[in-house]
Amino acid sequence: MEIYELTAHELIEKLNKKEITSTQITESYLKRIEEKEKDVQAFVTVTDKNALEQAKEIDEKIANGEQIGNLAGIPIGIKDNICTKGVKTTCSSKMLENFVSPYNATVVEKLNNENIISLGKLNLDEFAMGSSTEHSYFHPTHNPWNLNKVPGGSSGGSAAAVSANMVPWALGSDTGGSIRQPASLCGVVGLKPTYGLISRYGLVAFASSLDQIGPITKDVEDSAILLNMIAGHDEKDSTSINKEKVDYTKSLVKDVKGLKIGLPKEFIGEGINEEVKNAILEAKKTYEKLGATVEECSLDIGKTALAVYYIIACAEASSNLGRFDGIRYGYRTEKFDNLREIYINSRTEGFGPEVKRRIILGTYVLSSGYYDAYYKKAQRVRTVIKNEYQKLFEKYDLLLTPTSPTVAFGIGEKVDNPLEMYLADICSVPINIAGLPAMSLPATVNSEGMPIGIQLIGKHFDEETIFRAAYTFEQETKFREKYQPKFNK
Amino acid sequence: MQITDNEILHIAKLARLKLADNEIQSYKKNLQEIIDFTETINKIDTNNIGETIGVNENYNVFRKDEIKQESNKEELLANAPSQDEGMFRIPKVIN
Repeated sequence: MEIYELTAHELIEKLNKKEITSTQITESYLKRIEEKEKDVQAFVTVTDKNALEQAKEIDEKIANGEQIGNLAGIPIGIKDNICTKGVKTTCSSKMLENFVSPYNATVVEKLNNENIISLGKLNLDEFAMGSSTEHSYFHPTHNPWNLNKVPGGSSGGSAAAVSANMVPWALGSDTGGSIRQPASLCGVVGLKPTYGLISRYGLVAFASSLDQIGPITKDVEDSAILLNMIAGHDEKDSTSINKEKVDYTKSLVKDVKGLKIGLPKEFIGEGINEEVKNAILEAKKTYEKLGATVEECSLDIGKTALAVYYIIACAEASSNLGRFDGIRYGYRTEKFDNLREIYINSRTEGFGPEVKRRIILGTYVLSSGYYDAYYKKAQRVRTVIKNEYQKLFEKYDLLLTPTSPTVAFGIGEKVDNPLEMYLADICSVPINIAGLPAMSLPATVNSEGMPIGIQLIGKHFDEETIFRAAYTFEQETKFREKYQPKFNK
Repeated sequence: MQITDNEILHIAKLARLKLADNEIQSYKKNLQEIIDFTETINKIDTNNIGETIGVNENYNVFRKDEIKQESNKEELLANAPSQDEGMFRIPKVIN
C-alpha cells in the first residue's frame, strides 16, 4: 500500500510510531500530484517547495524530541477562497489571479499552530458560485471516478483531490452545498458544520449568513479530527459562537440503538434519481437493522428553499462583491479615463459570467421597488423553513436525505442552463437556510459505478449525533473497502 | 414580473457592470427564468412572521474599542494595482 492511500488518522498513527517520516509522507503526495494533476486538475497552486521544507523541519523537531502540534507533519489541501498569508488566494477568479493575502484565515492559523503542512490551494467555481467547478477561471476539475464527469462544486477541487489521493484531507466551504455535494459526487465525506461553529474570518465572503468552512475527508474519523482542530469562537468573526469545546472523536462509536431518524418523503420523490432513492432506502434498512428507528415524515420545502436561497445568497453576494473595484487589490482594467471607468471596466473584465449573473440577480432583488417583494419576503420564508426543521427535530434526532438528486453529471452538460444547474442543490440548500449541520457520506455506487452520498442532518450544534450515526453506518457498510475510483488502482 | 432591456441595463449600471448587446439578452433570459422560479415563495403565508437575517441569535456583539496593530501598511498596499508614497493611486476625481 502506498503512503498516499492512507487516511489522515492512519498517517498520524504511523508518524507517532515513527514508522514513517513527514518528509516521506509529503514526498508521496507531491509525487502523486505530479502524476495525476494533469488528469484531475484539482489545484490552482501547488506549494511543493514550502511543503518539503516544512516537512524536513518537523522531522528534525521529532528527532530532537521537541514540542510539536497535534497534526504535525500531516499534509492538507485548502480551498482557494480561504486566505493564506504569502500564498495566492485566487477564488478561481481573474479578479484575484495575483492576490496574495496579507493575513491568514483563522482556520489556517489554527492548522498552522498544529504544524500541519499545506500542499496547496484547490480549485473551485469562481467565488464559490457553482455546483460543478466548471465556473473556475483557470480550468474545470475532473471527477476521479470518471474523468468526463464533474466533481461537483463549488469545492470540486477539494473533493476530487481527496478522492484521487492527492491530499489526505482538505478544507472546503459550503454556502448551499459546496462541501456536501462534491463530497457526494466524489465518494468522500463532507461536513457542513452548524453556522457559527467555525470562524469565517479570512474566508472570502460569498453569502455571509450562509457560508461555513468544513472538512472534506476520506472517512468519518478524519472529519471529527479536523473539526476538532478548526472549531471554536473567534473574536474576529462576531457570528462565531462562544461555547464549550467538544471532542468530536468521542462520538466515533458504533451504536445507533434508540436513535430516531426522520426520512422526509419529498426528498425521495419527484426529481430524485431512482438509484439515489434506492440508496436512501437501503440506508434506512441498514439503520433499522442496527437498532435505530427510521420513520417517513413530511418536509415540503425543497423548491421554496431553493428560491429563498437564490434570492438571499445572490443579494448578499452582490453586496459582498461590491468591494472589488480595482483600487485596493484585485484586477484593474487598463482601459480608463476616470474613476467610474476603473470600477465598471475592472469588474466587467475581472468577473466571469456566473458571478455576473448572480450579482445581477442580487442587485435586482435588492433594488428599489423589488426589495420588499423578493428580499424581505425571502427572509420571512427563511423563518418558516427554519421552523419546519425545528418541528421535525422535536420528534427526531437526525434527518436522512440524499445529498444530491443525481450522481455526477457530464462536464458541459448543464453549464449553459443556470436554472438546471441550480436544481442540483435542491437537497443541500435548505440546510444552509436553516443554519443546521449536515454531513454527506458515501453509501454505494450506481449501475455505472458512480458514487451516491447520503446526507445526515442534525440539530443546531449537534454534530456529535451526526458523527455517531455516520461512523456507525461507515463501519457497517465499509464503502472505502468495497469501492475506489478505477483511477486509483 | 416581465423584465425589460431597460431594467437589465439599469441593474447592470447599479452593479457597475457593462453588458454587451448579446449579454443583455442572455442575462435577461436567465434573470427572467430565475425570477419566475422564485415566485413560488409567494405561495407561503408569512403573515405575522418575522425576518431571519442570521440563523444565530447573537445580534450586536460588542468589543472594547482598543487600538490593535493587525497588519502593516506595506503588506496591505502590496496588492494595490497602483500606489504612490504609501497611498492607493486613482485618477483625478475633482476637476
